[in-house]
Amino acid sequence: MKNRDADLKNELKTHLDMAIADRIARGESPEQAAAAARRQFGNLSQIQEATRDVWGRRWLDHLVQDVRYALRVFRRNPGFAVVAILSLTLGIGANTALFEVVDAVRLRPLPIANPDQLLEVRLASLDGARGSFQTWHESMTQPIWRELEARQQAFQLFAWSRAGFNLADGGEVQRADGLWVSGEFFNVLGLRPAQGRLLSSEDDRPGCVPRAVLSYGFWQRAYGGDASIVGRTINLRNRPIEIVGVVPADFHGLEVGRSFDVALPLCAEAVLSVTGKGRSEAGTNWWLMAFGRLKPGWTLDRATAHLAAISPEIFRSTLPVAYPAISVNKYLAMRFTAVPGGQGLSQLREAYETPLWLLLGIAGLVLVIACANLANLLLARATAREREISVRLGLGASRGRVVRQLLTESLLLVAIGTGGAVLLAGAMGGWLVAALETTGGTITLPLVVDWRVLGFAALLAVATCLLFGLAPAIRATRVSASSVLRVTTRGASAGKESVALRRSLVVVQIALSVALLFGSLLFTRTLRNVLSVDPGFRSEGLLVAGTDSTPMRLPAEALAAHQNLILERVRAIPGVQGAATVAVVPISGSSGGNDVWPENNSSAKFNTLVNFVGAGYFRMLSIPLVAGRDVDTRDTLDSTPVVVVNEAFAAHLGGPVAAVGQRITREPTPRNPAKSYEVVGVVKNSAYTALKDDPYPTMYYAGSQDPPTPDTQLMVRSSLPPTTTTSAITAALSNIDSRITVNYTIVPTMIQDTIVQERLLAGLSAGFGVLAAVLTMVGLYGLVAYSVTRRSTEIGVRMALGARGGDILRLILREMALLLLIGVGAGAGLAIAGGQAASSLLFRVRPYDPITLVASIAALSSVAFAASYLPARRATRIEPVIALRAE
Amino acid sequence: MAKRERYQNRIELLQGTLDLLILQTLQWGPQHGYGIAQAIQAGSSDVLQVDTGSLYPALHRLEKQRWISATWKLSANKQRTRVYRLTAAGRRQLVSERSRWQAMVDAMAGILSKPQTSQS
Repeated sequence: MKNRDADLKNELKTHLDMAIADRIARGESPEQAAAAARRQFGNLSQIQEATRDVWGRRWLDHLVQDVRYALRVFRRNPGFAVVAILSLTLGIGANTALFEVVDAVRLRPLPIANPDQLLEVRLASLDGARGSFQTWHESMTQPIWRELEARQQAFQLFAWSRAGFNLADGGEVQRADGLWVSGEFFNVLGLRPAQGRLLSSEDDRPGCVPRAVLSYGFWQRAYGGDASIVGRTINLRNRPIEIVGVVPADFHGLEVGRSFDVALPLCAEAVLSVTGKGRSEAGTNWWLMAFGRLKPGWTLDRATAHLAAISPEIFRSTLPVAYPAISVNKYLAMRFTAVPGGQGLSQLREAYETPLWLLLGIAGLVLVIACANLANLLLARATAREREISVRLGLGASRGRVVRQLLTESLLLVAIGTGGAVLLAGAMGGWLVAALETTGGTITLPLVVDWRVLGFAALLAVATCLLFGLAPAIRATRVSASSVLRVTTRGASAGKESVALRRSLVVVQIALSVALLFGSLLFTRTLRNVLSVDPGFRSEGLLVAGTDSTPMRLPAEALAAHQNLILERVRAIPGVQGAATVAVVPISGSSGGNDVWPENNSSAKFNTLVNFVGAGYFRMLSIPLVAGRDVDTRDTLDSTPVVVVNEAFAAHLGGPVAAVGQRITREPTPRNPAKSYEVVGVVKNSAYTALKDDPYPTMYYAGSQDPPTPDTQLMVRSSLPPTTTTSAITAALSNIDSRITVNYTIVPTMIQDTIVQERLLAGLSAGFGVLAAVLTMVGLYGLVAYSVTRRSTEIGVRMALGARGGDILRLILREMALLLLIGVGAGAGLAIAGGQAASSLLFRVRPYDPITLVASIAALSSVAFAASYLPARRATRIEPVIALRAE
Repeated sequence: MAKRERYQNRIELLQGTLDLLILQTLQWGPQHGYGIAQAIQAGSSDVLQVDTGSLYPALHRLEKQRWISATWKLSANKQRTRVYRLTAAGRRQLVSERSRWQAMVDAMAGILSKPQTSQS
C-alpha cells in the first residue's frame, strides 16, 4: 500500500519535471517554467487523492485513519484501554474456552471421510435383552451381528467394540485400550494409514492370525514414532501379534473423548481368549456396536424399512437356548433402526453436555455484565469527549463518520481482546478438560481452534462491540455542534439521557449478578450435599486389588485354594486390617440386578441389586449387621445357598427380624435356572452404584458358594498409605507366582471422581458469580461517583442552603436503592427461571430454594451498598464554596 | 487576461472521451502520462487540453480494467517513468469505443445538419 502511494507520487513528480524541462527547452527561465508548470499541473495532493479513489481503497484509508486515531486515544488514556482489553480477554476467553470444549464434545463430527453419511444401526430398545451388558452404549450379541451382517443389503456395515489389554507380563497391570473391529471398519470410515496398512476384511476371518494396527498416539508414546514399526510385534494376551500399520493422527476411534492404543480384527477376540471361543458364541454377551454407510441407491427411509423387515428373522434365528421364558417374546420383538452416527458415541457427551451448555450460558452472562461496565466507561468518556466530538461535527464531519470512528475504537479493543482470548482459550480449555479427567479414564479430547470456534469468538466480539460500543457512540454524537460549543462549563446537554442509560445498564448488571450468585449458591449447596452423603460404609484406607491368575492356567479344582492363598498373603501384609473378595465394588458404577420373590409367592416379585462378597466383607467396610449372621466359611459350594440382604430388601420380607430364615427365589437368567436362597442376615443400607442413589434392595451372595474363577477382586483396608500397600500386595502376589497380574483402585479417589460434575459446576459457577458481583460493584461505584461529580454544584447549593452530610448521603443512596430494588426484583425472577433450567443438576436443594435466593440477594445488596457508600461519602465532603466557584 | 482568452479556444473534454483518447494515443506505442497529455494536445492542435487531475485517475482506472498495463522504465534522460501500453483487451475496447463514438458523431451530425427553420 505504502509502495503504491510512493509510486504515484513519483509518477506525478516525473510528469511535473518533464513539463518544466519542456518549458525550459522552449526558452522560459527555470523559475518561470517551474511556476507555470506547477500552476498548470494543479493541486498535487488533490490529484493523488482522486487517483487513489480509483483504486477503490477509500474505506480502507478511512479505517487506517480511524485505527491510528484510536491508538492515539488509547495512548493518551491507557488505563481505560488496559481495563477494557483485560476484561474482554477474560470474558471472551472464558466463553471461547467453554465453547471449544462444547465444540469438541458435541458439535465437531468425527475426523473421517463424509462424517454426515455415517449411520449407527442399533436396536430400537433393549427390552428383550438379557445377559451380560458389557458396553455403556446399547449393543448387540455376536450372533445377532452375524445375522444382521448376512441379511441386510442397505449398508456397508461394520461392528466394533472396546477391548482391554495388559501390556505387562506379570505384576501391576499396564493397561492398553484396544478396539475389536470387523473387517470393513477402516474401509467404511475411509481412513488412510499413517504407516503401513490398515485392517481389511482379509484380516477378519474366523480362526484368523491376529494382526494389529496402532493408534498414532500409542505409536508415538510407546514406540517413539519408530518408522520401522510395520512388521514388529506387540504382546497381547500372551501372544506376539504382528503390527501392520498406524492409523491417522487425528483418528481416536468412534468414541469422542476416549482414544484407543491398538485395534485388532474382531476374529481375534475368540482366538486370543483362554477358551479359544471368547464371548463370540454366547448369545447373552451384549458387546458389539454396528455403524455403516448407505449403499448407493438406498435412502434412509428405505433402509429403515428394510431393517424393520429383516429384524424378525434375525431374532428368530439367534434366540439363545435356555433364554428366560419371560423374555423370549420381547427378544423376538426387538427391531433394528438406523440413526445418525457421524458424531460417534461419547460417554463424556452424555455426562457433561448439559453442564457445559449451562456453564457457557453463565459465562455469556458474565460477558454481558462486563460489556455493561465497558459501555458505562465509554459513556463516561463520551461525556468527557463531548467537546471534541462537537468540534469535529462542527468542522463538517458527518455523524456517521464520527460514529464509525468511535466504533472503530471499540472494535479495536474487541479485536485485541479477542486475539488474546483465543490464545487464553486454549489454555483454559485444556484446564477444563483436565478437570473432567478422572483417575479411571484418560480423556483424549483434542481442542482445535476450527472455524466453529473462530466463528464463535468473532460473533462474540462483534456482539460485545455493538453491545458496549454502539449505544455510547450514537449517544455521543447526538449533540448539536453549536449547543456544546456555546456551553463552556462541564457539558450538561447529553447528561440526563446518558445517566438514564447508565442507570439501566447498572440495573441489568444487578439483575444478572443476583441470578448468577443464586446459581452458584445452588451448585455449591449441591456439592456440599453430595459430599455429606453417608455412603453407609467407611471408605478411608480402602482399595481394590483386581488380581488375575489366568496365565498360570490352574486347573479348576485348584482355584479355590489359590484364592485362599492370595487372601491369606494379603491379610498378612503389615498395615492391612482386612481383605475380602467382592464382585461389584460399591460406587464404582458397575452393577448387577435381578427380580426376586419370596419362595412360594411369585406374585410378590421385586427387583434387587446383587453382589458377591467373601467372608469379613461387611465387618471390613463397617457396614453393621442388623439381624442374623454374616456370610462365612460355613458357606461352601455344597452347603445351603445363602444370602445376606440389606434393610431395603428386608422391608419386602416384613422387616429385618422377620426376613432372617426366609427363603427367596431368584428369577432364571440366560445361564442359570431359577434358584432359591436362604436369607441368613440383614445389614444396614449402603451406597451401591452412586452416592446420590436412594437405598435400593440389595442382595449379597456368599462368594464362597460361587464357582471360583482365576480372576479375583479383593477389597483391602489398610492403615498405611495406598502406594505402600499396593507395592506390598504386588510383591506378595509375585511371591506366589510372577505371572499373576493386578490392578488397583483407590476407593476414596474413585468416590471423588464420581462427583467431578458437582465440583466443576460449583467451582466454575462460584468463580463466575464472584466475578459478576465484582464487575457489578465496579459499575455501581462508577455510576455513583459520576453522579456525585455531575451533581456537585447542586449538592454544593443544597449544603450552602443548610443540608447536612446525612441528607446528602440519603439523597445519593436513595437513588441507588431504587436501582438496586428494580435490579434485585428482575434478578429474582431470572434466578428462579435459571434454577428451573438447572434442576436436573441439583441434589437435595430445590431449584427455587428461598433461603438461597434471600442469601444471594443479601450478598449482592451488601456489595452494592459498599460500592455506593464510598463515593456517596465523598459527596458529603463537598465544600459548597469550591463547588459553586467551579461554575 | 490574455490567458483567459487562450482558454476560450479550448474545449472541455466530454465525460468518457478522455478514455477513448488515451486508448487511441497508446495505439501508436507505449507512452508515459506526460507524453500522452502532450500527444493529445498536439494531436488536437492545442484545442484539447488534458487536465492532470483527470488524466491520472483515468489512467489508473483503465489500468484497473486491464485495458492498459504499466511498467517502470528509464527515460532518455535517465528518469524513472511509468510507461503505459495497450493490452489486447484494450485494443478490443478501443475498437468498440470508436464505433460507439462514430455512431454518436453521426447522430449528432444528423441532428445538427437539419435545415434550421427558425433562425433569428
